[in-house]
Amino acid sequence: MSATLKAYARRLFPQVAALAVILLMVSLAFPGFFKLEIQNGRLYGSLIDILNRGAPVALLAIGMTVVIATKGIDLSVGAVMAICGAVAAACITSGYGLAATLAITLGTGVLCGLWNGLLVAVLDIQPIIATLVLMVAGRGIAQLVTEGAILTFNDPGLIFIGSGSFLGLPMPVVIWLVFGLAVALVVRRTALGMLIEALGVNRRAAMLSGVSTGVLLIAAYMLSGLCAAIAGIIAAADIRGADANNAGLWLELDAILAVVVGGTSLLGGRFSIAASLIGALIIQAINTGILLSGFPPEFNLIIKAAIIVLILVIQSPRAQSAFVWFSRPRATAAGKAGEEAK
Amino acid sequence: MTFKVALASATILAASFFGTASAADLTVGFSQIGSESGWRAAETTLTKQQAEERGIDLKFADAQQKQENQIKALRSFIAQGVDAILLAPVVATGWDEVLQEAKDAEIPVVLLDRTVDAPDDLYLTAVTSDLVHEGKVAGQWLVDTVAGKDCNVVELQGTTGSSPAIDRKKGFEEALAGHANLKIIRSQTGDFTRTKGKEVMESFLKAEDGGKNICALYAHNDDMAVGAIQAIKEAGLKPGTDILVVSIDAVPDIFQAMAAGEANATVELTPNMAGPAFDALEAYRKDGKAPPKWIQTESKLYTQADDPMKVYEEKKGLGY
Repeated sequence: MSATLKAYARRLFPQVAALAVILLMVSLAFPGFFKLEIQNGRLYGSLIDILNRGAPVALLAIGMTVVIATKGIDLSVGAVMAICGAVAAACITSGYGLAATLAITLGTGVLCGLWNGLLVAVLDIQPIIATLVLMVAGRGIAQLVTEGAILTFNDPGLIFIGSGSFLGLPMPVVIWLVFGLAVALVVRRTALGMLIEALGVNRRAAMLSGVSTGVLLIAAYMLSGLCAAIAGIIAAADIRGADANNAGLWLELDAILAVVVGGTSLLGGRFSIAASLIGALIIQAINTGILLSGFPPEFNLIIKAAIIVLILVIQSPRAQSAFVWFSRPRATAAGKAGEEAK
Repeated sequence: MTFKVALASATILAASFFGTASAADLTVGFSQIGSESGWRAAETTLTKQQAEERGIDLKFADAQQKQENQIKALRSFIAQGVDAILLAPVVATGWDEVLQEAKDAEIPVVLLDRTVDAPDDLYLTAVTSDLVHEGKVAGQWLVDTVAGKDCNVVELQGTTGSSPAIDRKKGFEEALAGHANLKIIRSQTGDFTRTKGKEVMESFLKAEDGGKNICALYAHNDDMAVGAIQAIKEAGLKPGTDILVVSIDAVPDIFQAMAAGEANATVELTPNMAGPAFDALEAYRKDGKAPPKWIQTESKLYTQADDPMKVYEEKKGLGY
C-alpha cells in the first residue's frame, strides 16, 4: 500500500511542485494572495477564486483525460458547453423545473458525446476531425437555441449552481472536486482504467484480448460530453445567462493543455485524472496571478505562454533524463561519504 | 385590334408602374454582415422598421460573416437595379471593384457602422459612431459625477488590440486628463464578455483591499459591466453606490441593472444607423446634393434618471 502511495506521490510531484512555485511567485507579486476570510458564510480570497474560476477547465480536463488516454482528443467540449448552457437557459426560462432542466441539459451533453463517439468508434474517423465537426457546428446550434441573444434567467436554483456555496466552498468547486473524485474512483477501483489504457496503447491488441473497445471509446466521449455539460451549466449559472458566442470559447485548448501539463501523453495510454486537475489549477493560477499582478493586458498571453513552455520543458523526457544524469554523481558522492563515515 | 388593346393597356400599366416607382417608393438593398452579436440583430430589426415607416422596399441579404457573400449580394442588387445600397462591411479591404461597379451603375452606396479602405468617391457616405467620443462621454459623466472628489477608477477593457478597446480607452483618458482627482488604478481586458468581466472584477476587488479602494468602474461594454456588477455584489459591496458603474453600448440588460440602482450610466451605441442613412439618401435623391463623407451618430448618455425600465421595454423587442 505504501509503495503504491509512494508511486502516486512520485507521479504527481512535478505538477504539485509547479503549482507551488507559481503560487509562491504570485504571492511575491501580490502580498495578500494567501489571505482567506469568511464573508457571507463562505470562504473568500484569491485561492478560492483559483479553485472557483478553474472549475470549467477542471471539469473539461476530467473528460479530456479519459478521451486522450484512449489516444483520442475532443475538440468539441467548448462548443458543447455553449450548447448545454443555452439548453439550460432555454429550459428554465420556458418553465421547466430545476430537476428537469438539469436532466435535459446533462442528457444533451451525453448525446453530443455519443455523436462524437459514434463517429470515432463506428465510422473510424480520426478523433481530431470527428470532434472538429461539432466544434464548428456547436456554436451555431447554441445560437439557434438562444436565437442569437444572451438568454438571461433568474431561477434561484440554477443560479445557486454557479454562485451558491456548500460548506463554505463555492458550488462549482464542490462539483468539480466531487465529480473528479467519483470518476477517478470508478476508473481506478475497477479494471476500467486499465482497459482504457490498453485501448489507448493499442486498440487492435486490446480488442483481440477481449476488450470491447467500441463501447469503451463511445463511453469515453460520452463522459467528455457529460463533463462539458456540467461545465456549461456552471458557466451559464455564473453569469445568469447563456452566451452562445463566448461560453467555453477556446476552453477545449485549455483543457487539452491541462491534461498535457498534467503529464498525460497525447499518444494515449497511461493517464492520471488527479494530475490533470492539478494541471487545470496551474493554468488558472497563472491566469489569476496575471490579473492580480496588474501588468498591462498586452502581456497576459506572453506571460502565460512563457510559464507553460517552461513547465513543459522541465517535464520533457530529454530534460528528465538530463536531471537524472546531473543528479547521479552527487548521489554517488553522498553515498560514498556515507560509507566512509561508517 | 386585340393586339392594339393589349399594347395600349401594357403601356398604361408600364407608365403607372414607373410613375409610382419614381415618386416615393425606393428600393434599397441592405447587405448585413450576419448575426454576430445582439447589437447587430437590433441593427437589422431597426433598419427593417425604418424602411417600413418610410415606405422603402428593403431587400435584405445576410452574409453570414463572409465578404464573398456580401460582394455577391451587392452584385445581385446592382443587377436588380435597386435605387441605393446599404452596406455593413465585414472587413475593411477588398471593396474597390464591386463599389466601382455600383458607381458605374449610378447606384449610391451608404456604409453602415464600419468604414472601408477604398477611395471615398466610390461611396456616398458612411454612417458610423465615434468610438473615441463614446469613451469621452463616459469619462465626462464620471468627472461631473464625482465633482472634484478623489476617485480611483478600475477599467475593464475590450479585447486587446480591437479598435473599440483602443478608442474607448483613449476617449475616456482624454476626458479624465487634467482632473488629478480621478486616477485609473487598474486596467485589464475582459474580452467584452460577461464571464471575463466578472472574473477580472473579482481580481480587482481582491487586489484593491476588498474593493474599498475602488470608487468607480469603467467598462468598455455593458456585458462586462453586468458580469462585474455580480462580482461586486458577491464581494459584499453595493454596485452603483459603493462603486459607481459606467459602461458603453446601452444593451437592454444594463437598463434593468440601472433600474435596480446597480449601474449608473451607459453611453448608447445606437443600432439605428439606417435612419440617418435613409435621411441622407432621400435628401440626395431630392436635390442631388451629396452629404458629407461621414455622418456621426449620436452617442447618447443614459443615467438612472432616464426611466431605465421604459427604455428597457423599448429595447427588449429589438433582438439584442
